[in-house]
Amino acid sequence: MTAALKAAQAGASVMIIEKYHELGGQLIKQTHRFFGSKEEQAGIRGIKIADDLTHKIKKHPKIEILTEATAQGYYEDKVVTVSHQEKHLKIKPKKVIIATGASEKMLAFENNDLPGVYGAGAVQTLMNLYGILPGQKVVMVGAGNIGLIVSYQLLQAGVDVVGVIEAAPQIGGYLVHASKIRRANVPIYTGYSIKRAIGEKSVEAVEMVKLDENWNMIDGTEKIIEADTVCLAVGLRPLTDLLIQADCAMAYVPELGGDVPLRDENLKTTNDQIFVAGDAAGIEEATAAMLEGEVAGLKAVSEIGYQTPDLFEELKRLKKELKKLRNGPVGEVIREGLKKVRGEKDAGKDRYSHLS
Amino acid sequence: MRIKEHPILDFKRDREITFTYNGKEIKAYKGETIAAALYAAGIRVLKASSKYERPRGLFCAIGNCSSCHMVVDGTPNVKTCITQVKEGMVVEEEVGKGDLVD
Repeated sequence: MTAALKAAQAGASVMIIEKYHELGGQLIKQTHRFFGSKEEQAGIRGIKIADDLTHKIKKHPKIEILTEATAQGYYEDKVVTVSHQEKHLKIKPKKVIIATGASEKMLAFENNDLPGVYGAGAVQTLMNLYGILPGQKVVMVGAGNIGLIVSYQLLQAGVDVVGVIEAAPQIGGYLVHASKIRRANVPIYTGYSIKRAIGEKSVEAVEMVKLDENWNMIDGTEKIIEADTVCLAVGLRPLTDLLIQADCAMAYVPELGGDVPLRDENLKTTNDQIFVAGDAAGIEEATAAMLEGEVAGLKAVSEIGYQTPDLFEELKRLKKELKKLRNGPVGEVIREGLKKVRGEKDAGKDRYSHLS
Repeated sequence: MRIKEHPILDFKRDREITFTYNGKEIKAYKGETIAAALYAAGIRVLKASSKYERPRGLFCAIGNCSSCHMVVDGTPNVKTCITQVKEGMVVEEEVGKGDLVD
């Protein structure tokens, strides 16, 4: 969305292809306030940011929006195919910005396919978007920021969070989030993992088990908790199918969540026409995604003749903001990952070379 | 179950509509997805897995994972987590991989 706005504001015609029936991506269910600097909307709830962006986009005469539309492929003749409400469209843009986001990671355990086992995002969708409770008694798996924040959101909706299970010996997320749920007497089991979900047609209980220092399950430490819902908050994986299909060079970079496209600091991939932004480029916070979108949008259209007078100043400012955001110990992982996708550090073998 | 009161959110529900799930009438609100409406009605099993016919429900709720495929108005493999429910829609649990429609 920020890419579309920047591009349109520079004078380019933009088309947004969105799978869902409304804009906003994952922000439409983020009821918590954002961290970061004031310029980058810290203290504002995600839902408000989504509303503001949607409003600006809908008002902009240069932006055309296709909802319930799926971009299906990118071809050698630079045509993008789209399935839009039962129709098949062929579009030939000058530049493409891929901001497809991420998908939830799965965890291997017995009965992990039972109804009642959800990704944390799904719980947020049901609860914060549709106002529907995902269950009555929830076990949260993962005490990173997402696990902690969604636990708190469950409590706000009146759901009983019976426990948070974290495999690592310590909580991964910010302490401010952990304290909120601790104050509500939710136990956080560090050094535990989920062994299996129990139930016939749907989750009825969860068996957890203690882990040793090598992450192996310790026999005899199993504990069964009654629950009808398991919420997995064990990380995200960039949604890069389109980038792979378009033959952008990829690399496996664990610091960024998995397979991500190589790109320069303007978010341009190895295909001169394709840019990437947001979680599809690497798992990071929404604030970084929005800044990346702005960089990609500005840069992409500047290459086809739409240059605002302050282009270089603005790009410089955005990159500075990104750098600030990735500063300090929390951003270290991201900084390491970026070195790999920018070719400053060896990213290992390209797992996709056999496709081309 | 639908949330009635929330400290931050105010759920403005649109008009009520009716659709069927395996022949049974279900009430929903316009704007809800099929899967959301079914969950609100306490229905968690949306399909049977294609190989072992194990019960499957919602997992990602944003159209990525295929765990919510159902037969909607005769069309199989509809992602019910991102498809809005409509008045009179005929929704059925899907078993197997889904057959082509004539």
